[in-house]
Amino acid sequence: MKYIDEFRDGEVAVGLAEAIRREARPARRYHFMEFCGGHTHAISRYGVSDLLPDNVKMIHGPGCPVCVLPIGRVDQAIRLALEQGVTLCTYGDCLRVPASDGLSLLKAKARGGDIRMVYSSADAVALAQKHPDKQVVFFAIGFETTTPPTAVAIKQAAALGLKNFSVLCCHVLTPSAISSILESPEVRQWGTVPLDGFIGPAHVSTIIGSRPYEFFAEEYRKPVVIAGFEPLDVMQAIRMLIRQVNEGRAEVENEFSRAVDRNGNLKAQALVGEVFEMRKHFEWRGLNVLPYSALRIRRQFAEFDAEKRFPLDYRPVPDHKACECGAILRGVRRPQDCKLFGSVCTPENPVGSCMVSSEGACAAHYTYGRYKDV
Amino acid sequence: MTQTRKNYVRPLDLKHGQVDMAHGSGGRAMAQLIEELFAKHLGNEYLAQGDDGALLPAPGQGRLVMATDCHVVSPLFFPGGDIGCLSVHGTINDVAMMGAIPLYLAAGFILEEGFKLADLARIVRSMAAAAKEAGVPIVTGDTKVVERGKGDGVFITTTGIGVVAPGNELSGRCAQAGDAILVSGTLGDHGMAIMAVRESLGFESPIISDTAALHSLIAAMRASGADIHVLRDPTRGGLATTLNEIAGQSQVGMMLQEKALPVNPAVNAACEFLGLDPLYVANEGKLVAICAAADAEKLLAAMRAHPLGTNAAIIGSVHADDHHFVQMTTGFGGKRIVDWLSGEQLPRIC
Repeated sequence: MKYIDEFRDGEVAVGLAEAIRREARPARRYHFMEFCGGHTHAISRYGVSDLLPDNVKMIHGPGCPVCVLPIGRVDQAIRLALEQGVTLCTYGDCLRVPASDGLSLLKAKARGGDIRMVYSSADAVALAQKHPDKQVVFFAIGFETTTPPTAVAIKQAAALGLKNFSVLCCHVLTPSAISSILESPEVRQWGTVPLDGFIGPAHVSTIIGSRPYEFFAEEYRKPVVIAGFEPLDVMQAIRMLIRQVNEGRAEVENEFSRAVDRNGNLKAQALVGEVFEMRKHFEWRGLNVLPYSALRIRRQFAEFDAEKRFPLDYRPVPDHKACECGAILRGVRRPQDCKLFGSVCTPENPVGSCMVSSEGACAAHYTYGRYKDV
Repeated sequence: MTQTRKNYVRPLDLKHGQVDMAHGSGGRAMAQLIEELFAKHLGNEYLAQGDDGALLPAPGQGRLVMATDCHVVSPLFFPGGDIGCLSVHGTINDVAMMGAIPLYLAAGFILEEGFKLADLARIVRSMAAAAKEAGVPIVTGDTKVVERGKGDGVFITTTGIGVVAPGNELSGRCAQAGDAILVSGTLGDHGMAIMAVRESLGFESPIISDTAALHSLIAAMRASGADIHVLRDPTRGGLATTLNEIAGQSQVGMMLQEKALPVNPAVNAACEFLGLDPLYVANEGKLVAICAAADAEKLLAAMRAHPLGTNAAIIGSVHADDHHFVQMTTGFGGKRIVDWLSGEQLPRIC
């Protein structure tokens, strides 16, 4: 595939690996967090870690959309389907996220809930148009990448005058999650999570641009390199991070310049601003309640807000006691440190959310890398 | 069945007619459906016996192999085939992978009330053509009708019987450390042909299902004299699932070379687009062969010489491993597990 194979070239990888080995100083260790699940997936799937020297370690970050979705939000979606009888549309990744009472959206579907997997928010709008007798709810999750399409769906529904379409909005914001990690006592005070820099989001940055990360570089003195989701992108970003660390710099650099600029997609940003506003607080799985970290639908579009249309109170639900997803999402623990990993918690029977999506740290390690543990 | 004088009964309306409950009631309507559609197209001396079962000559020597396969594909018609030929190929392949020569098929139909007779006729004709081409007759069958909303148009179950000559038996338990792993062609064509239709992906050149009966390819492979230990068709769950099954059965590990895997560029692009991995996508006209390493090139040549094996490739090797991991050296130079598929393959969103 043109424009993709070039970024997966094994020979170039060997050359880059050699350059990284040369530039990484043997006397020190480098710990970089890849924020996005897309990076985690690329690292695991292509075996990028195998090409890195021993003193360069990657820490998996919280940027997997379904991993940070709290149980209470999935419960809301399930209640909509089972109690309110709506047609609930969701992205495929959400279907298996474990919720309360041993349920997931997939299991709720087996119990008779009308739950459909869609590839795009537009599919949900089309479904509502086709079935005017059914209430169709789009379960909108994800970071800034998936937010503009949800905004488009709401505006489309408004233009069409649809009375049977609404959105359960669970969109979250990347900068809040990065702040929460940098502010955590493990990073700030105790130093138990050594963090020398970030690989910044790929797709998210196409929307928000590179500017929002400048604050982290300046305020927390952490280098950020925005990188694409292909394995060579990741390796090049690691090399750039090593250079910044070696030179004592903490800047925002952009490896993914073929798609990202400083300002991002202004049209998408305006659209999001028109339809959504900040929530005062929002619960994240693993990161607890974070202030101003998520979006809700503006009053002007309230008729498309499922939380207003249906009686839906939010009930927070604690994670399984032994589940380490929270610590893993903050980079404090590794998947193989969790007692449940690979025994009770497997991709077939996920206990925690990190085992659900192939972008989750636990699922990626289980699926691609567990041979290293035996 | 009672013979009714042709002139007294209005013939089946294969243009505008629909399946109704009477077609499964055991009465005259059912007899007419069987006579004017199934018997007409599938007809052979065994089906013509008209009994509840088929009386078949017993094979002289060797052991019998029996396999059954249910088909519930949606959409029923897709580029490269339909549920009819698929149901014939699928079961023939299951029998053939055991080392057997497929002899006979039985077919069970569950029809949904309201299903268009024209579509049913198209499916039956496709089954007849596939059975004829494969030289494996459909010798008995059954039809039931379920109420509207309780089926998905048509479900077809086929059962096949074959005979395996003494010493020719194959099993997933027979892979040995040192063996070579081969596939007969490009991976994921069937699954992506279906997905492309389901998701209305308007590719300029459509992805064509690879549905095919593989027993003639196997005969050619056998004729090469290569020491074949395992044959299997990587259908649902794709190559990854099939190799994990074999690794578990044979208690061995496997190492694949990503660069050696044949994948049609259109399939690769569609997978990329939908966030899927071709290793986990279904095939309906491909096989995996595991053979003694010394015979790998000979077997490869025999496969490539057959029209169903032109893109065959040696993709990896078997080794001793107590954990029975299937691993892969990625095109990128790293190593990773090629794990069992967990749940359904769900597309990634981001």
